[in-house]
Amino acid sequence: MLQIDTWKRVLIWAVCVIGLLMALPNAFYTRVEQSNDAKAAIELGVDTPEMQAEAGQWPNWLPSSLVNLGLDLRGGAHLLAEVQVGDVYESRMDAMWPEIRDALRDERGTVGTIRRQDSAPDEIRVRISQPEGMSRALEVVRGLARQVQTLTGVGATDIEARAEGDTIIVRLSEAEQLASDDRTVRQSLEIIRRRIDEVGTREPTIQRQGTDRILIQVPGIGSAGELKEIIGTTAQLTFNPVVSRGTNPDAVAGVGEKVVPSIDEDGVYYTLDAAPVVTGEELVDAQPAFDQNGRPAVNFRFNTSGARKFGDYTLENIGAPFAIVLDDEVISAPVIQSHIPGGSGIITGNFTVEESTNLAVLLRAGALPAGLEFLEERTIGPELGQDSIDAGKVATIVAFVAVLFFMALSYGLFGVFANIALILNVGLLFGLLSMIGATLTLPGIAGIVLTVGMAVDANVLIFERIREELKSAKGPARAIELGYEKALSAILDANVTTFITAVILFAMGSGPVRGFAITLGLGILTSVFTAIFVTRLMIVMWFERRRPKTIEV
Amino acid sequence: MRLKLVPQNTSFDFFSRWKIWLGISGLMMVVAFTSFMLQGLNFGIDFRGGTTIRTQSAQEIDVGAYRDAIAPLELGDVTITEIFDPTFGEDENVAMIRIQAQADAEAVSAATVTAVEAALKGAAPDIVFVSVESVGPKVSGELIQTAVIAVVLAIGAVLVYIWLRFEWQFALGAVAALVHDVILTIGIFSELQIRFDLAIIAALLTIVGYSLNDTVVVFDRVRENLRKYKKKELKEVLNISINETLSRTVMTSVTTLLALISLYVLGGDVIRGFVFAMIWGVIVGTYSSVFVASTILLWLGVKRDWSKPSNTAGNQFANVDA
Repeated sequence: MLQIDTWKRVLIWAVCVIGLLMALPNAFYTRVEQSNDAKAAIELGVDTPEMQAEAGQWPNWLPSSLVNLGLDLRGGAHLLAEVQVGDVYESRMDAMWPEIRDALRDERGTVGTIRRQDSAPDEIRVRISQPEGMSRALEVVRGLARQVQTLTGVGATDIEARAEGDTIIVRLSEAEQLASDDRTVRQSLEIIRRRIDEVGTREPTIQRQGTDRILIQVPGIGSAGELKEIIGTTAQLTFNPVVSRGTNPDAVAGVGEKVVPSIDEDGVYYTLDAAPVVTGEELVDAQPAFDQNGRPAVNFRFNTSGARKFGDYTLENIGAPFAIVLDDEVISAPVIQSHIPGGSGIITGNFTVEESTNLAVLLRAGALPAGLEFLEERTIGPELGQDSIDAGKVATIVAFVAVLFFMALSYGLFGVFANIALILNVGLLFGLLSMIGATLTLPGIAGIVLTVGMAVDANVLIFERIREELKSAKGPARAIELGYEKALSAILDANVTTFITAVILFAMGSGPVRGFAITLGLGILTSVFTAIFVTRLMIVMWFERRRPKTIEV
Repeated sequence: MRLKLVPQNTSFDFFSRWKIWLGISGLMMVVAFTSFMLQGLNFGIDFRGGTTIRTQSAQEIDVGAYRDAIAPLELGDVTITEIFDPTFGEDENVAMIRIQAQADAEAVSAATVTAVEAALKGAAPDIVFVSVESVGPKVSGELIQTAVIAVVLAIGAVLVYIWLRFEWQFALGAVAALVHDVILTIGIFSELQIRFDLAIIAALLTIVGYSLNDTVVVFDRVRENLRKYKKKELKEVLNISINETLSRTVMTSVTTLLALISLYVLGGDVIRGFVFAMIWGVIVGTYSSVFVASTILLWLGVKRDWSKPSNTAGNQFANVDA
């Protein structure tokens, strides 16, 4: 009656062994972690005997994936940043203006003279002196539009132009705004990643959340403030023509011009042409260096198109000043001495060596296309994390022992079977967690403890059922079989409902809540597996050996 | 000799005073709700926005001195609480400082945190900022919204599942029990003014899961017994079912509570509120699966095909036997 095919037995034990093997590295956490780090370093080319020794601490043939520790356990910084996607519209419009201006100038005969009006930053308003030429003007401006790919349909263009009296209003189309937002967030994500990688910390999490947010978690960093310094600077570098230089912060800027303070000359303000000649996007390299006077500076090099624009501009404007602007502050405003054809140059200013190195890093990683606003920031000290791990360990062990003891007292030998299954269960859970590279958080530990408490439930259901079946005086084999059979629907229904809540938690939750949902959900899977298959197999094996006439559960 | 929490055969009558039980549950829900309406919840920064700073120093904590140090910064509502915990060492003096979200900022203002840290350093030179968390008002509003959606979704999903697996009366009974548990849990958090943050939402959902687990086990037995004892009254069938599963209900609750209590005592203060919610939930959830879910089921009645006059043999349950 109680029969399980050999292949099933092999499969069940195999799953257990594999699960335990996957869980094994977590028992030697520090050692495996060092070994993994060393192996990664060796792969990158840092091959020293010490590294080899560290790498050798854990044999290659054993699995080496670990459960990641969440920020609340390891300490580190967490930031939720919102990308100010609207910033990009403004720079797009500024870049668009010379093109529109030139196109309309060519049509001077029909549209008359043109003048840019004040407007919201995300649009351009142009007044033409001959309103009757409006239809032609619109046609010309629309001719500048480019096709964009959209999901919903074809034929969308990147800009929209409409007329309002004698004024043409140009702005990004909705489709283009969406596409631009998406691009902006992706770019920001990529650049944040590069900047964090340049600093070189372990396993940062950099994820997009929703449409315009980015979640950044860096374990082991001192504080969220430090992290913000690395990623918070936009590092938007532009080279703009200088219109005038003054000391009045409220100087009236003409249309298409802006007033920008100087970074190290107090009270000096430059009025600049808002449309840059070249931007940092066209940089291909930046290195810290020293200028001819031995002061720290940054060397840079443009790509081909940047070099051409820069070359043309310097050729045409010898003797005029131009400004090097970083994040809306003028770093320096040298006068163009000669034509600079090669596309490379040097930024000088009152830098310290550290500042010039930092600036080079930021320029190399690229500018953030838009500003970041921080909506959430958390710093967790490593001591607190360690305390939580220690407390969690003790609590888990005590919970474990209490439950094991209680089960053995209540169900005797069957309780011992359930206990073995419970230990296997936690092993399998850790195996699964390492396999999928899940992150363990403090609520996650609570999830494990809860699993320990609840995992016995399935076994309890079965054992209670077997007890009942024994009462109706069937033979022990039949009672065991019926017990499993009849308890199954209750076990499934009960666990499916809990699993549903775990899935919802995972989908809706963030951070620590998610960690809890993962351990709870996986814990349900492993506990159902161990209860239905593993304890059953153990009981069947015991039964085959002993053939007891009566059993007591 | 086996440890038996519940005797082998029990025949408690759970429904002789069912009106009283429903009355008590109803009354407790009213109390919980009133408390929630009157004093609200002690929302953590996750839901309210603001900053919490956890400090640690070797010296005794002088809350007054901390308060005086921060006062000149004019940050509005600042709460400073000293935390005591058996897991702390001799020279671990921990305080939590909570600062309300600053009115003018949508996002987190780093300047505030720096200013507070500097001020506290003045009051206690060896102070360490173990953790600093700030949540902007924009996010906290959304977090509340997602949390509420999560709880509602979970209850809804469960309603559908049980409806599919059982019948609608069962689903209503189970959901009534869930709502009961959730309200009582929120009520005790409001009554005791324990900090209510994101982790508590996770706890709430687990309670939903656990209470359900319990209810489903009882219902599963009811379903089985309805087929077995076709002539017995519904009340009797429910009683038999609850008595039969009583031993399991108690066993599972006890093992879960054992695990949770060890976490409550030894797991450190960071997680204590969370564990408290779960312990409360396990107790309430166990109670509600018997006294709320089953009572509602009794009250709603279950359609039983055998009561039809035409019924002789071959009804829908006839062939279903395990």
